Amino acid sequence: MTATSAPRPPALEISGLQKSFGKAQIIRGVDLSIGAGERHAIIGPNGAGKSTLFNLITGRFPPSAGAVRLHGQEINGRAPFQINRMGLSRSFQITNIFPRMTVFENVRCSLLWSQGYRYSFWNMVNRSRDLTAGADEILEQINLTARRDLPAGVLSYAEQRALEIGITIAGGANVIMLDEPTAGMSHSETDYIVDLIRKVTENKTLIMVEHDMGVVFGLADRISVLVYGEIIATGHPEEVRSNPKVQEAYLGAALEAEH
Amino acid sequence: MTTQSLTRPPLVTLSGALPWVIATLFLLAMPQIFTSNSALTIMNQMAITIVFALAYNMLLGQGGMLSFGHAVYMGMGGFMCVHVMNYVEDYSLPIPLPVLPVFGGLFGMGVALIVGSFSTRKAGTVFAMISLGVGELIAACSVIVVAFFGGEEGVSGDRTYGLPVFGTEFLHQIEIYYLTVFWLVLSALLMYLFSRTPIGRMANAVRDNPERAEFLGYSARWVRFYSFVASGFFAGIAGGLFAINYEILTEENLNLATSGSILLVTFLGGVGFFFGPIIGAIVFTLLQTVLSLQTEIWQLYLGILFLATVMYFPGGLAGVLMMHALPIRLGKAGLLVVPYLRTLLPAALCILGLAGALEILFHIRHAALGDSEMTLFWVTFDSHAPLPLIAAIVAVAVGFWLARRSAPELAEAWHKANTPDGGAA
Ligand SMILES: Nc1ncnc2c1ncn2[C@@H]1O[C@H](COP(=O)(O)OP(=O)(O)OP(=O)(O)O)[C@@H](O)[C@H]1O
Ligand SMILES: [Mg+2]
Repeated sequence: MTATSAPRPPALEISGLQKSFGKAQIIRGVDLSIGAGERHAIIGPNGAGKSTLFNLITGRFPPSAGAVRLHGQEINGRAPFQINRMGLSRSFQITNIFPRMTVFENVRCSLLWSQGYRYSFWNMVNRSRDLTAGADEILEQINLTARRDLPAGVLSYAEQRALEIGITIAGGANVIMLDEPTAGMSHSETDYIVDLIRKVTENKTLIMVEHDMGVVFGLADRISVLVYGEIIATGHPEEVRSNPKVQEAYLGAALEAEH
Repeated sequence: MTTQSLTRPPLVTLSGALPWVIATLFLLAMPQIFTSNSALTIMNQMAITIVFALAYNMLLGQGGMLSFGHAVYMGMGGFMCVHVMNYVEDYSLPIPLPVLPVFGGLFGMGVALIVGSFSTRKAGTVFAMISLGVGELIAACSVIVVAFFGGEEGVSGDRTYGLPVFGTEFLHQIEIYYLTVFWLVLSALLMYLFSRTPIGRMANAVRDNPERAEFLGYSARWVRFYSFVASGFFAGIAGGLFAINYEILTEENLNLATSGSILLVTFLGGVGFFFGPIIGAIVFTLLQTVLSLQTEIWQLYLGILFLATVMYFPGGLAGVLMMHALPIRLGKAGLLVVPYLRTLLPAALCILGLAGALEILFHIRHAALGDSEMTLFWVTFDSHAPLPLIAAIVAVAVGFWLARRSAPELAEAWHKANTPDGGAA
């Protein structure tokens, strides 16, 4: 993308990140650097702090200490909408959609800012061909075209999960963070969504929390293992798989659970 | 935004414009049907309430903000307009009467800018409480800042002192009616269009889920703020129309009672549809004007109607109407006619009986001593005699029993009418 030969800063750079809720320290000093274009998975046992880490990166919570840089720019303390405008988009582990709006409108809303409409009160949304076509294209990709005009709140759980991903990718952010995108999906739905994720994150940075090891090893360029608020290993899938610490703390159990 | 291809949808479509054209023609024709001055007064009142209720619903229905103090913006707009009216008179300013509501709108918007800057930070209870506090504050100011609010007697003006427009001096009620209708249609159209803009759509999104909206690049606070300011503008327009119609504004126009009644109007009509508040305003104004001439306890009926709406039809009257969209689309609305008649006629009997009993009791308690003659449903009788009360109670019981007996049939017909042929949807 960039024509200069200067080394690109990492898409995301986390240093010394900490977060406490009251006395409980949940994130206990995380350092992580994720290169532009990388697909990075974060794995770890329940309650390790994976979602909390996402919340810190995306501005949902302020960190207690440490720094987060997006494309080299420090983003600590910025509001989620400011971080989103810098090209970072996320999905939620617990479905987080606009239940009373139609499926189509859910997706269209996620296109508005990125297509430059901002707080405009002089454009009619239904007159923009780009918005309509863009939203319909996303619906096609997430297989929800048949549900287009239903209120999102009436969709089935799996459909809402697909919509959750659709809303996240619609704006064309170049850093995409997905929190357990396939949770609760059937095998075939998972396969489909993984293909979709692979396709839409082409040339983008993906950071993904996932419990399904098949998905993780199939998709990730690198993996970080978060245990009890600390990253105990980061590396290529094979390195992580054979790391004895990881085996002990998490993977052994997780891989067994797979079968 | 960059590529505007040939396939861009047209600004005006037939199906989109039709309701507006019909509504406008209807409004223009109304004075031919209802010619009396009192009818015109009622219709003007209705139009003003519609504008105000639509403005209020920009907050409540579109933006998910529950305000207990929205009369402030209508009232401030109205006061401003009376003052402008008086300036026009005193200094012979070249401001024709028809543009006066613009001043109301701008002033309402100005006040909303100030209040919104801190009240829209949060939605929910915080917003509601701030609106209540500001409402109370401004109402209290109205007896302190006499120069603007005129103290207890308010401020009054004379609309006929401005420049004649096309030879019209606005001496006649009918001229005021057309002026009001012009502003009604224009404001309603603009508010409708606002709901189709990016900010209008995001108002819905923030209403549904403010947190997610923030992760899509929108500050929920700014989205609320813009809606609030726009709503203040249109409330101010309504205030301007009020000023033109009544030529006087008092504390009553911005106190909490007025704020409460616009909430009632809007909710009664239905917050979920754009046209809901319109229905609410029409029904409310009819109750307020026509029913209040018939009975002193009209507010009791209004209260019951409101309670019933909140408890059984939270979508309001518009919601009840729109519930029938699916049966109509399926071509099965006909199935409902007979069950409706069988249930609703007895229900009406029950309600009328109840109203009769209430009226009789009210008459017994409140009529002057020795005056026991009352007229109800075109029958004159002795309110202290047992027979009328017994008749009313029998009507309640019979109506209730009959309605209940046919309710299952209605429920079944309703289910059938909502099920497409060939299995469930
Ligand atoms: N807002 C909060 N206030 C207090 N404690 C919190 C908060 N959010 C998370 N926690 C705690 O932080 C810990 C980590 O939670 P988190 O949701 O980040 O785990 P996770 O790794 O995403 O787990 P899972 O795999 O179950 O999703 C948990 O013990 C949780 O109770
Ligand atoms: Mg989690």
